[in-house]
Amino acid sequence: MKHDNLSGVLKPVVRGRGGVSVAHHKNTSTLESVRMPAPAKVILPMQQHIGAPCTPTVKPGDKVEIGQVVGDSDKFVSAPIHATVSGTVKAIADIKLTNGAASKAVVIESDGEMKVWDGVKPPVVETKEDFLKAVRASGLVGLGGAGFPTHVKLAFDESKNIDTLVVNAAECEPYITVDFRECVDNSWDILNGVYLLKEMFGFKQIIIAVEDNKPEAIKVLKNIADHEMDIGDTVKLMTLKSRYPQGAEKVMVQSATGRKVPPGKLPADVGCVVMNVGSVAFISRYMKTGKPLVSRSITVDGSAIKEPKNVRVAIGTPINEIIDFCGGYKAEPYKLLMGGPMMGIALHDDTYPVLKNNNAILAFAENDVHVKKERDCIRCGRCVSVCPMGLMPTLIERYAKIKDADSLNKIGVNVCMECGSCAYSCPSGRPLVQYMRLAKSVVREAEGK
Amino acid sequence: MEIQKKKKFTVSASPHVRSGETTTGIMLDVIIALMPALIASVIIFGAKTLAVTAVTVVTCVLSEYISRKIMKRSNTIGDLSAVVTGMLLAFNLPVDIPLWMAAIGAVVSIVVVKQFFGGIGQNFVNPALVGRIVLMSSFPTAMSTWAQPYAWKGVAAVTSASPLAEIATMFNSGDVSTAALKANQALPSLGEMFIGQRQGCLGEVCAVALLLGGVYLFARKVISPLIPALYVGTVAVIMFIAGGGSFTFMMYEVLGGGLLLGAIFMATDYTTSPINTKGKIIYAIGCGLITCVIRLFGSLPEGVSFSIILMNILVPHIEKLTTPKPFGYVKEKKGAKKA
Repeated sequence: MKHDNLSGVLKPVVRGRGGVSVAHHKNTSTLESVRMPAPAKVILPMQQHIGAPCTPTVKPGDKVEIGQVVGDSDKFVSAPIHATVSGTVKAIADIKLTNGAASKAVVIESDGEMKVWDGVKPPVVETKEDFLKAVRASGLVGLGGAGFPTHVKLAFDESKNIDTLVVNAAECEPYITVDFRECVDNSWDILNGVYLLKEMFGFKQIIIAVEDNKPEAIKVLKNIADHEMDIGDTVKLMTLKSRYPQGAEKVMVQSATGRKVPPGKLPADVGCVVMNVGSVAFISRYMKTGKPLVSRSITVDGSAIKEPKNVRVAIGTPINEIIDFCGGYKAEPYKLLMGGPMMGIALHDDTYPVLKNNNAILAFAENDVHVKKERDCIRCGRCVSVCPMGLMPTLIERYAKIKDADSLNKIGVNVCMECGSCAYSCPSGRPLVQYMRLAKSVVREAEGK
Repeated sequence: MEIQKKKKFTVSASPHVRSGETTTGIMLDVIIALMPALIASVIIFGAKTLAVTAVTVVTCVLSEYISRKIMKRSNTIGDLSAVVTGMLLAFNLPVDIPLWMAAIGAVVSIVVVKQFFGGIGQNFVNPALVGRIVLMSSFPTAMSTWAQPYAWKGVAAVTSASPLAEIATMFNSGDVSTAALKANQALPSLGEMFIGQRQGCLGEVCAVALLLGGVYLFARKVISPLIPALYVGTVAVIMFIAGGGSFTFMMYEVLGGGLLLGAIFMATDYTTSPINTKGKIIYAIGCGLITCVIRLFGSLPEGVSFSIILMNILVPHIEKLTTPKPFGYVKEKKGAKKA
């Protein structure tokens, strides 16, 4: 690399244990997001975030415009859902979420005009309370994948001495390039967002962390931060080694600050807030325009997709419409993933809508999704050496099978974040993530008794 | 309103991509790593090496196939682990062993040690080593009748005792100085020991071939050098001290017997060695200590098989002591629950 202006870019404070090197497949990294035209309809599940589901605030037959609230909850840990197209509410349907739970969904038939509601106005923000209220009203949830409501994350306890904001642009999942494109195309939004957050919460340091396989992102951000914006020494860029799962929250906090989040605790407990780079950029745009979270960029890729693209879509757009926009399938699709190949959810049908926290749609032909023959564990220890959380997946599997909740607790099964490094590296092709989930349910069951 | 359904897709738990490594691939790597030693053995002991190896390998694979069939379990010979066991067993036998005895050893290794306990990954001791030990106690004469190197070419025999036995006698008589070792005509030189021009089991003699195999396994990341290095290192340090600072004595102990074969290929067996680094350290040092105790104070000249088996048995306990602490675990706040 010959980016002479990269001096001052930080290296990780601590290099975490474990992890795996996976093929990057960042095929879409050169493709700027293209805006998809209005879909025929959108399906807006009332549960697109961690926390309480929303209740529909509209009824069939209502006319809505972009930005109007169609679902909300009076619970704190929740985020409102807005109309993402203009048109008519067709139905309040029942929908099965990807985890099998039932939810209501507002189905809006688009009038094709994409008219923005009059009520969309920049929020008036004078205090921190105003700011948090505005973030909640924007409907923002963590755009990196977890979908945790951002206003809840930012409403941290003052007594916790939060001094660091880590902006997560690692994007360690293969194929996905939306965060990278955000860095390159919307660098100003990111840095403005960082500035806003710093002013509002008084972070002592802000670290924007990017994996070293995206030098262009680092270059662009560094250039603006150094020469065109005056945010002083508070904001630092950091390059992380490209190794999955660098972008996992706890791994990220450790790399950026050297602090370790204890089991069952949050980054806030060690003085950190971690936000996805897309979420930061969104906050800055929202404060300027007042347009809530109604669209987002996703990567559409995989061996079964004809024209891989980064697409800006209305949230709630059915996946098959997006795939049609990308030229359709070029091979018989065998697996359809929402998210990356390491942690993404396999969908059983392609009429499911894109959600707020959904960063990719990947479709693969049968031969391209490795299915290893499942054999008995040979105790090779690969799962243990790759686990970023220092767990012993092979032992967890054994305890899960005999439902030994005490032992599972002792070896820390709940620290597992299901990154999939263990199952990825297992030479015997064992479905270890599935066993981790089984183990957690064994523990939950025992605690319920 | 029912949301329309169109295409159906396969669902499964993440991750949806997997590394290219497979059990079969790993076993194939071990087989490749054993090849230099096999070739060296053919050169040193003649074509009979191949006959012994073929018998043990074929018997191991057949025993695995038949025993699993009888137990109504899936066929696992495709993972090649039985081939590895067969090769390692052959490597632990003298070249002149009657072939039917070799076959008995193979049956014991696979059926009794491996399949009775549930097959691959379930045996608590190394199958090949138990096969060797059973043969040693059943047929002590055949198991300690050593062929001379190059005897198949008609090279005249020089000595009848194995280098390790010779060394043990000298150690007991109290003089293992370099001069005394060099003066002993019954001992091959260290150079000869290194290239395998000495008596011994067919796979253990050629140090250079074994090291080559070891380097291949390290390079392919099949095993980490930790166990072999610590095992051999422990033996070297203790022997250096026991020999009163005699470097030559130490080298004879390191190159002699089955130490390199055991340290590189047997002690590193996944199933019967600890998974965690700390555990590996304890295990390897333990193997080294027991080997030295047997060699220096036992009535047997060789202690590698027994030391590995003894440490195999301790693995579950070592593992219990060395379970790693989960990420961010803090001792004071034991079992911290979700905030």
